[in-house]
Amino acid sequence: MTQLALVIDLNVCVGCHACVTSCKQWNTSGSAGSMTDQRPYDKDPTGTFFNRVQSFEVGEFPSAEMMHFPKSCLHCEDAPCVPVCPTGASYKREEDGIVLVDYDKCIGCKYCSWACPYGAREFDEVEKVMKKCTLCVDRVYNMNLPESERKPACVISCPTSARIFGDVHDPDSDASVAIRESGGYALMPEWGTQPANHYLPRRKNKRHIHEDELVRVDNPLKKEGESQTDQGGPFLEDVTSW
Amino acid sequence: MSDKTAVIENEQIEVKKTTCYMCACRCGIRVTLRNGEIRYIEGNPEHPLNKGVLCAKGSSGIMKQYSPARLTKPLKRKEGSDRGAAEFEEISWEEAFSMMEERLKHLRATDPKKFALFTGRDQMQALTGMFAKQFGTPNYAAHGGFCSVNMAAGMIYTIGGSFWEFGGPDLDRSKLFIMFGTAEDHHSNPLKIELSKFKRDGGRFISVNPVRTGYSAIADQWVPIKPGTDGALILALIHEIIKQGLYDREFLVQYSNAAQLVNDDDKQDEFGLFVRTDVDEDIGVVHPQDQLWWDRKTNKAVRTHTKTADPFLLGDFVLDDGTAVKPAFQLLVDRVKDYTPEWASNITGIPADTIIELAHEMGVVARDDTIELPIAWTDAWGNDHEAITGNPVSFHAMRGLAAHSNGFQTIRALSILMSILGTIDRPGGFRHKAPFPRPIPPCAKTPNGPQGVKPNSPLGGMPLGWPADPNDLFVDDKGEPVRIDKAFSWEYPLSVHGMMHNVITNAWRGDPYPIDTLLIFMANMAWNSSMNTVSVREMLNDKHEDGEYKIPFIIVCDAFQSEMVAFADLVLPDTTYLERHDVMSMLDRPISEFDGPVDSVRIPVLPPTGECKPFQEVIIELGARLGLPAFTNEDGTRKYRDYPDFVVNHETEKGSGIGFLAGWRGKSGEKFLQGEPNPNQWEMYEKNNCVFHYEMPKSYQYMRNWNKGYLLWAQKHHMTRYTDPINIHIYSEVLQKFRLSAQGKYPGKQPPDRLRKRIETYFDPLPFYYEPLEGQLTDKHKYPLNAITQRPMAMYHSWDSQNAWLRPIHAHNYLYMSPKLGVEGGFNDGDWVWVESMHGKVRCMCRFSETVEPGTVWTWNAIGKAAGAWNLTAEANESKKGFLLNHLISEELPKMDEGDHISNSDPITGQAGWYDVRVKVYKAGPDEEKVTSPQFSVMNPVPGEGVRKSVLRYFAGLGGGSKGLFKGNKK
Repeated sequence: MTQLALVIDLNVCVGCHACVTSCKQWNTSGSAGSMTDQRPYDKDPTGTFFNRVQSFEVGEFPSAEMMHFPKSCLHCEDAPCVPVCPTGASYKREEDGIVLVDYDKCIGCKYCSWACPYGAREFDEVEKVMKKCTLCVDRVYNMNLPESERKPACVISCPTSARIFGDVHDPDSDASVAIRESGGYALMPEWGTQPANHYLPRRKNKRHIHEDELVRVDNPLKKEGESQTDQGGPFLEDVTSW
Repeated sequence: MSDKTAVIENEQIEVKKTTCYMCACRCGIRVTLRNGEIRYIEGNPEHPLNKGVLCAKGSSGIMKQYSPARLTKPLKRKEGSDRGAAEFEEISWEEAFSMMEERLKHLRATDPKKFALFTGRDQMQALTGMFAKQFGTPNYAAHGGFCSVNMAAGMIYTIGGSFWEFGGPDLDRSKLFIMFGTAEDHHSNPLKIELSKFKRDGGRFISVNPVRTGYSAIADQWVPIKPGTDGALILALIHEIIKQGLYDREFLVQYSNAAQLVNDDDKQDEFGLFVRTDVDEDIGVVHPQDQLWWDRKTNKAVRTHTKTADPFLLGDFVLDDGTAVKPAFQLLVDRVKDYTPEWASNITGIPADTIIELAHEMGVVARDDTIELPIAWTDAWGNDHEAITGNPVSFHAMRGLAAHSNGFQTIRALSILMSILGTIDRPGGFRHKAPFPRPIPPCAKTPNGPQGVKPNSPLGGMPLGWPADPNDLFVDDKGEPVRIDKAFSWEYPLSVHGMMHNVITNAWRGDPYPIDTLLIFMANMAWNSSMNTVSVREMLNDKHEDGEYKIPFIIVCDAFQSEMVAFADLVLPDTTYLERHDVMSMLDRPISEFDGPVDSVRIPVLPPTGECKPFQEVIIELGARLGLPAFTNEDGTRKYRDYPDFVVNHETEKGSGIGFLAGWRGKSGEKFLQGEPNPNQWEMYEKNNCVFHYEMPKSYQYMRNWNKGYLLWAQKHHMTRYTDPINIHIYSEVLQKFRLSAQGKYPGKQPPDRLRKRIETYFDPLPFYYEPLEGQLTDKHKYPLNAITQRPMAMYHSWDSQNAWLRPIHAHNYLYMSPKLGVEGGFNDGDWVWVESMHGKVRCMCRFSETVEPGTVWTWNAIGKAAGAWNLTAEANESKKGFLLNHLISEELPKMDEGDHISNSDPITGQAGWYDVRVKVYKAGPDEEKVTSPQFSVMNPVPGEGVRKSVLRYFAGLGGGSKGLFKGNKK
C-alpha cells in the first residue's frame, strides 16, 4: 500500500524558508485555501502556514551547531489526530496515506491538534477550521501539470533539494533509499504514531592530513635551494661500527 | 477539502516567464495567472541560474505585487510642509516631467555636476550610468561603494575577476570549499544548489565567520573569527603554505608576476616597480611583456616567458647596471615571514593549531587531489597543452571581508592565497564568468580632471572607472575631488563603485561643493542604506538661514512608501519587477555561467498598477526632453518610443553593433554579442525563457586569463579589447605607483600633503594586515565588542518589509550575543539592553546565542523600520521592537590629520566600513519603555497607497489582489 511522505535532509537544509512560502502561495489559492493572514500589516503578524522552519542551537561555543528544522504534518501511519475527530473531518486516505481535513465537516473543536504530538496542525482563527499540510494533493494528481512537477510545492522550490518526496512503502523509491542509506529517522517513535515523514541527520566530512603528505618530494622550496629536509650535523652512520 | 484541480469556475489560466527581482539573484520564474491575478510564482526549470528552484522571497512575490505600500501616483511635497513629514499632493506625470525638465535643463546648461543621480541595487546601471554620462554629471554611482566594492576591486586588481556575477567557486569539481563571511543572498539560489550537491558528493565545507547562521549551519567545520581580522588569518595561511612548500610553483611562474623582478634599490625612483628590458620588441603593443625573470640556467635576467628559461621565485640578484632586484615572490615571502599562525591566533581568536591544520589541508588537497581534464588548449605564449588541470580548493567570500576599512588588502590576500594554491580559472577552483577576466585594471576610465565636466556636453569619460595609476584620478589641479562623493580622489583613489554613503553628508555640507538636485532611485537613504541615519535624516531636512534647503531639490523614485520617500520633493512611482521590461546586460552585471556569456530580461507579466511607470521609461523620457545626444535624433526629436525600443535599437556607438542585449543580434537574430539591431530581439528572448546563453567550446572555458583561443574569441566578439595574457598581480605595481607618488617619486599628479602618509601606508603593493580604522580610533576598553549584521535568507534589505508572508518570519530582530555578556552585565535572554558605540546608542532586545564568537554581537540587517513607513501600522513590530544598527555607525571618522571629514571607509577603495564599529552592551533601566530607541515621528500615509487589510485571505482569481486592494482610491 502506498504511503506518500517527505524525507527532509537536515544535512543540507540551510533554513532559507523557501518551503514555507512556496507552500503558502500554492495552497492559499489551491483546494486547501485560502490560508488566512492576521494582522498582515500590524503588530504581531501571524497566519496559517502548513510548513514552518524552526531554528535552534545545539551545544556550546565553539562547537555549537545551528539546526534548521522544517516541520509540517508527518502523515503518520497511525495518525492520532484521526480517531479523536468527532465528525470524521480528519481522515487518512487509504490509497496514498495522506492525512487530510474535510473543511465542510470540521467544527473547529481542536481535538486533533491536542492529539498531535508534533504540533503540526494549523487552526485558522478566522475561518475556524483546522488546516494542515496536504502534501499538495492537488499537485501530485494534477494532470494539468507535467509529470515532473506533480510533487509538493515545497519539494519543487527547495534550493538545496533537501526535500525528497515519494512512497516510503516502496523500497526502491528515492525516499526509501534515502532513509535506508543516509540514516533516516522518524520523530518521537516512542509515541507509536509511525510518522511517514522522515529526517536525515547532519553528516560531517572530515579529513586528516598525515605527516607524510607534508614532507614532499615535490616541495618547490627544494628547487629554490631551500630544502626543508636539509639536516646538518653528524649522522648515526658516521659513528656506528659493527 | 478535496483534490479537485480547478477550484473556481471559468478560470482563465495563463503562464508567463520572466526574471525574479525579490533580491539581486535574478532567477528565472514562471508566473501563473488566474483570471489576471497571480496564482503562483515558481522557479523556471529551464533557467540556467536557478534550474527550477526558488527561495522564500521569490515565492512571496505575490505579496509584493499586491502590497498596500505600493506608490501608485506621482507626488509633490505640499507647499510649506517639511521634508520628512510626508505630506504630499498628487500630480500628473506631465507636471512631474515638466518640473524635472525645467530644473535639469538649467543645470545641464550651467553646471551639470549640480545634478547627482545615485541608485540602489538597480540592475540597470548600464542605463542609469549612460544617462549620467550623457547629462554630463560626474555625480553618479550605484550602491557598490556601500556594499561590496572591496570584493570587486580587491579581486579584479589581483586576478582580473571577482566573486558572484563575475566568477565563483567551481563546486561541481571542488573537494574543499572555504567560505568567509557571506550574506546569504550572495549568490543566493545558485550557491544553495551547489552547496547541497557539493556536500552530497562528499566535499568538505569550512565556514570562517563570527556567526554560524544559514550556510555556515551546514558547514563540516565552523571556524569562528573576530570581525575584521580575516586578513591576519589569510596572511598566516599564506605563511604556512609557503613554509611547507605546498604552493603551486609552476602556476605562479607561468601565470602570475611572482617570478618577475622588482627593483629593490630604495635610492632609485623606480624602487618597487618591475624592471623592464631595454629591447624594444613591443613597439605599438599596449601591454608589453617586457618584464624580467632571473633564469637559473643562464644565471642572468631574461625576458619573462622566454621559452628555455626557468626562473627563480626566491633570491636576490643584481642586474648588469648594478640595480638590486628581487622576484616578487621573494617580496611576498619576506612580507609574510612574521605573519605566523601564532601571531594570527592572537588577532583572530582562532587557535594556531587550527590555522596550521587549515593551511595544510588546503595545500595537500590542492596538491594531491588534482584534476586533469582531457581538453587541449593553447596558452597566450603559443604553448600547446594536452590537458586542463586543476587543484580542487575553492573559496567564496563577500561582505564579511569587504565591509571593513582593511577589506581591500584582506581581499588582495585572499586572491593571492587562491593564486598560490593554483586555483584561478581552473576546474575545482575559482572560475570566471563573461565578460571577465578583464585586464588588470579594466579599461574604463573617468575623466582625469574638472575639464571632463562641461555645460551641455556629455561627461568626458565614464562616471566610474578603474584607475591604473595616479594620473587617472579624477581630481583638480590642487589634487582635490571633482565628484561630490570624493570618489577617485586621493582620499579614496580606487573607489571604483563610487561612495554613495557620503553623498548626502557632502552635499549637505557643500563639500567639495553644493549641488542642486539629488535623484535617488531605489535606495533607502533615509533609513537602512545610510550610516548615521538620525543625522542623515536631519541633513535631508536642513535649511540655510534664507530658508532654502541645503540640498535644494530631492527626487525619489521608488515602488514603495519607504522612509526615503518622506524626504522627497518629488516622488516618482516605480513599477514592480512583474510590471516591466528589464535587461541583465553584459554592459552591467549579467548572469553569465562558467561555460559562457549569459544575459537575461524581464518581460511584464502584469500591466503597471495605478500610474506607476518603470524608471527606465522616466530616463528615456527625460533623455529626450533634455535633448541628450544618445536619446535624440540629429534633428533633436525623440529617438526611442520606449525602453523596449531603446534596448533593441541603441548601440554604444553608431554602428558598433553592441547594445544592451547580447543575444539574437543581427537583422534576423543570427549573431550574438555584436551585430546590428534585431527588431524581434524581445520575442526571441521571450521564446527562450528570457535568457540568452552561449556555451563556449570546452577549450575556452578554463585558464581564460592566458587562453589564446578564448582571448581571441572574446576580442572577435568585442567583449574584451585586448588579447594580452592577464597575469595575476601577486605584487601590485598599480598600488606601488600610488605609493611612489606619495613619496614624490612618480611623475604627474601628487597627493595633497595631508594625504601623503595615508597613501604611502595603505597603498602597499603586497597585502598586509592593519586593524580597521575605526578600531584604531576607538577606546576599546570602553567599547570592547564588535557589532555586525547578517542578512536573513527570507528578507532582502528593506525590500520585503511590506510583505505579508515574510513579515511573520522576520517582523523584528534581536541583538544576538554570547550568554557570557549577560552574566557580566546582569541581564537575561530576551531582556531590553542598550547597545552603544562612540557615535550613538540603540535600545533593543537581546538573545543569547552559542553560535557567535563571544567578542561579537550581531543582528539581522534592515528589519527595523520607522513607524508608519511601508504602510505598516505605527504599532508594527518593525518599529516597536525592530532596530537598525546603522544608528551606531558613522559615515565619517573622527577628526584626524588627513582631514576633518574622512569617510568611514577603506582608504583605498572607499568601501563603507559597516562592520568596523565597536560597541558595549548594558541592561536597560527597569523603568524604561519596552520599545526600541531611537523612535521617529510616525510617517504619514501618502496619496494613492492601498488599503491595509486587517485580515488577508488571498485567493487568486477572485479579485482579491490589486482589484480589491486599491478600491476606494480616487482615480
